[in-house]
Amino acid sequence: MSQTDVTIGTKGRLGDSALRPDGGPKVRGEFAFSGDLWAEGMLWGRALRSVHPAARIISIDTAAALRIPGVRAVITAEDIPGSRRYGLEHRDQPVFAIDVVRYVGEPVAAVAADHPETARRACEAIVVHYEVSEPLLDPAVAAEAAPIHPDGNVFRHLTINRGDPSARGPIVVEGSYVVGMQDQAFMGPEAGLAVPAEDGGMDLIVSTQWLHNDREQVAECLGLPPDKVRLSLGGVGGAFGAREDVSLHIHACLLAQRAGRPVKIVYSREESFLGHVHRHPARIWMRHSATADGDLVSFEAGILLDGGAYRSSTYHVVANAACFAAGPYRVDNAAVDCLGVRTNNPPCGAMRGFGAVQVCFAHEAQMDRLADACGLDPVELRLRNALGPGDRLLTGQTIDGALPVARVIRETAALPWPADTDTDADADTADPMTRPGGAGRTADAAHVRRGVGFAVGFKNLMYAEGYRDGSTARCRLVDGLATVTCAAAEVGQGFVTLAQQIARSVLGVTDVLLAPADTSIGSAGSTSASRQTWMSGGAVEQACLAVRRQLLAHVAARHGVDPAVLDIIDGRIVSNVPSVSGVPVVSIDSVDVAVADAGPGVVFEEEVEFHHRVTHPLDDDGQGDAHVSLACAAHRAVVDVDPELGLIRVVQIATAQDVGRALNPLQVLGQIEGGIAQGLGLATMEELILRDGRLQNPSFTDYLIPTALDMPDVAVALVEEPEPGAPFGAKGVGEPPTISSTPAIVAALRAATGKALTRVPVRPQDIAL
Amino acid sequence: MTLAYSLTVNGAEHEVLDAWLGESLLYVLRERLAHPGSKSGCEQGECGSCSVLVDGTLVCACLVLAASAVGHDIVTVEGLQPSRGEFTEVQEAFIAEGAVQCGFCTPGLVVAIHDLLAGNPHPTDLEVREAISGNLCRCTGYGRILAAVQAAASAQAAAASAQERGG
Repeated sequence: MSQTDVTIGTKGRLGDSALRPDGGPKVRGEFAFSGDLWAEGMLWGRALRSVHPAARIISIDTAAALRIPGVRAVITAEDIPGSRRYGLEHRDQPVFAIDVVRYVGEPVAAVAADHPETARRACEAIVVHYEVSEPLLDPAVAAEAAPIHPDGNVFRHLTINRGDPSARGPIVVEGSYVVGMQDQAFMGPEAGLAVPAEDGGMDLIVSTQWLHNDREQVAECLGLPPDKVRLSLGGVGGAFGAREDVSLHIHACLLAQRAGRPVKIVYSREESFLGHVHRHPARIWMRHSATADGDLVSFEAGILLDGGAYRSSTYHVVANAACFAAGPYRVDNAAVDCLGVRTNNPPCGAMRGFGAVQVCFAHEAQMDRLADACGLDPVELRLRNALGPGDRLLTGQTIDGALPVARVIRETAALPWPADTDTDADADTADPMTRPGGAGRTADAAHVRRGVGFAVGFKNLMYAEGYRDGSTARCRLVDGLATVTCAAAEVGQGFVTLAQQIARSVLGVTDVLLAPADTSIGSAGSTSASRQTWMSGGAVEQACLAVRRQLLAHVAARHGVDPAVLDIIDGRIVSNVPSVSGVPVVSIDSVDVAVADAGPGVVFEEEVEFHHRVTHPLDDDGQGDAHVSLACAAHRAVVDVDPELGLIRVVQIATAQDVGRALNPLQVLGQIEGGIAQGLGLATMEELILRDGRLQNPSFTDYLIPTALDMPDVAVALVEEPEPGAPFGAKGVGEPPTISSTPAIVAALRAATGKALTRVPVRPQDIAL
Repeated sequence: MTLAYSLTVNGAEHEVLDAWLGESLLYVLRERLAHPGSKSGCEQGECGSCSVLVDGTLVCACLVLAASAVGHDIVTVEGLQPSRGEFTEVQEAFIAEGAVQCGFCTPGLVVAIHDLLAGNPHPTDLEVREAISGNLCRCTGYGRILAAVQAAASAQAAAASAQERGG
C-alpha cells in the first residue's frame, strides 16, 4: 500500500485523479490492441531472421517457400521499391539484409500466408546460404576494429571538459561498474495491419510511439509520397522506448503491396525480443574527489555503451549518459568521455531513463563510497552536494527552472519505514513467502539480513541539443461537446486522460471526445523523453485556449460586451469578472449562459502547433544549453537478503519525486510504482544474456520481470514545485522512478552483505559466492 | 489436416470449421470466434494475459489445444459481466483504482481475480500477490492492482450482504 492519499476526482479536471476514458473497454476485453485487428482477406506476415551475428549472404532461395500452398508472397531486399534502409534518426539499417547480416535477428526475408503456421513453415523453407565471419562482439575494441558498416563503428564519442582538469580534493574514490542489457518487455508484442489502398497508397494501423516518424520511414521504403501512407495508432500494449524504432511496419506494408491484400504481423514473444532495441549495456569508470568535508571537487568518467549493429537512438543516449554522468550534484571540475559503438550484438536504443539509468547506477555507488571515505551519512553527503536552481550542469548550463534535489532527498528520508516484519522477533511466525526467495527456496529466517540504501537521480525532459521539437493539436467545440485531435501515441501512460482534463479545465465542458491518433493531423512527436504532458499537453491547452477565445468573442458579440469581462465558471460563461483594478470594465447586463448553449450549432475550431524553448548543441567541450528542463527523484530501499543463498526480497521503496505539478495524482502514482518495478527488475533479475552474439533468454520463462510477489510496498511523496515555462507547471513523471530505484536497491544489498556489487542485475552468485 | 468442432464459450456454442489441429484455444478464440479479449503475450503460459476459465479452472488459453476443449465450458473476459455494457465489481475496481494503464494484461488479471475471489472472498495481501503472480504486468508495478482487488472484495461483500438483506 502506498502512503500517498489518492482521492478520485469527480470533475475530471486538472489536478483531479480523473479516470481513463479507455478503462471500461480495457477491463472488458473490448479495447482493440493492434494485435486484435482483422481485415477481410487478411494474410499473416512473418520475417525470417539471421541466425548469425556476422555473415555474408551467398544466396537466398525462396522457391520452396513459394511452392507451399497458402503462401502469397515472399520478399527480400531485392523486392523493395524504395529505399532499402531505414532508421529512427539515421537510415543505416537495412529493411532486409543486403549482402551481409550484422546481428542475430536481423530480418533477411518475409512471407505472407493465409495462416500464421503456414507463414512460419514458409520461413523455414527459405534457404539462406551464409559465409559466416568473425563477429565483433566486444564494445571495448569496436572503435579500433575494422568497420562492420560503411558508417564506421563509432556512433558517437562525446567528451565534456569543465573547469580545472588538475583540481583534486583530498578524498578520492574510484570504481568500475557494469550494467547488463535490459529489455523493455512490454506486454503487448509488436503488431500491425497493413491495408493496400485503392489510391495506390497504404494504410497501416500499428502500435508505435511516434506515428509521423514511422510514416516517413515507411513511405521512403515503399517509394510512395508521405501523403499516400497513412498511419493510425493501433492499441498499444506498453512501449517504454522499444516502439520508437520501426519494427514490422515496413515488412507488413511491403508484403501487402506485393500480395495486394491486407497483411497482419504479430510478433511472438521471442520475435519481440529479437525485433526491438534494448537498453544499452554499459561499462563505466568513475573517479570522484572531494574535500574532507565531503564537498565534490572533481569528477571524471569513462562510459562505454554497446549500441549493437545499428544506430537507432544511440547518438542521443550517449549525450544523456555524458550530461547526467555526475548525477544531480554540484561539481565544477569535470572530465567525461562517453563512447557509443557499433558491434555485432543486438541493436540498442531507447528505454525509459535513456542513458541516465546506466550512469546513475555508477554515480550513486560512488557517492556511497565517498560518504564512507568522508565518514558522512550517505543522505548527508548527497544533501551537501545537491544541485538546485542557479547551479550549473556538467555542460555549463545554468539551472533556471525548478529542480528540488535537496527537497526530494529530505522528503524521501522522512517517509515512513516499513512495518518491522520478519525480523528475529517474529521470524518463526512470519509467512515464509515474505522471506527472500519466497516459497520453495525459502531463506533461513535466522540468516536474513536487512539493508537500507539511498539513491538520487535526474534526467532531462524532452529532446535536446537544438532539436526543434513540437506537437500539434486541434480542438473543436460544438454545442458544449469538445473534440480533441492529437497524434500523440497513447501507450498506457494516460495522455488520453490528461487531454480530456485539459479540455474540461480550459473550456468548462464535461464531455470531451478524443479523435483517433493518426497522421491526418500534424506530428505530436514521440511518446518518449517524458515529453507528452509538456508538448502535447501544451498543444492541447493552446488549441483549447484558442477555441475558448473564439467562444467568448462570440458570446461577447451577442451580448454586446467586452470579451475580457467574460469567464467560464462551472460550465457557464459569466460576466461577473472584475477587471484587474477590481472594478468592472463596462457596466453591462450580466451574461450567464451555459457553454453548451452559447452558440447553438456554431463550430469553434482551432489547430495549433506548440514548441518548447530553443535549446543548443553541445560544443567540443560538451558545453552548451542543451536541455529544456530537468526532473529528479530520490529512492530509499529496504531489502532483506539471505547472504548464503544469495536470495533477495525488496521490502519497501520510499520515493519523493519532483513532478512540477501533479495533474492527475492517481496516474502519477501509477507511473511511479510502475517505473520502480522496472528499476527493481534491473537491480535484481532482468538481463538479456548474450553468448556469441546470440540472445540466450528471449522468453518470459528465462527473461524475468517482477511479479506481484517481487514488488515491495511503495511509499510516495509528490514534490510539487511548478516548472516555469511548462504547461500547468507540470513535469513529465515517467522516467525518474526508473533511474534511482535501481541503485537504491543495490546500495541496500551492499549494506546487508558488505559486498561491492558493482554490476547489475545482482545475481545470486554475486552475493553468495 | 483440418477439422471441424464446436466450443462452448461464455454459454454459447460456436462452430469451428477448417481449423488446423495445432491451433491453441487462444488462437481459436481470438482469430476464429471473434473473442479477442484474451491476449497473446508469450504463448508459453508465463504472462497470464490469456487467462480463461475452463470448467471453472483458471488456465492459460495459449497452453490448451482448442480441439481438446470440446465439451468443456469456456469463460473468457467477455463473459464475466452480467450483461453487455455492465461491469463486474472487479472491473469497476480496476477502473476506479487506476489499475489499468496499457491494459494488455488487464483481461487476464480480471479473469484471474474473479477466480481468486470466487474461492476466497477476503484474501490477504499476500494471498492476492500469490494468486496473481502468474499474471505479468509491466506498467503498473501492481500497486493499484492490489488496491483494486481489495476494493473489489469489499464491493462484492457489500453486494452480497445487500442481497441477503433484500432476500
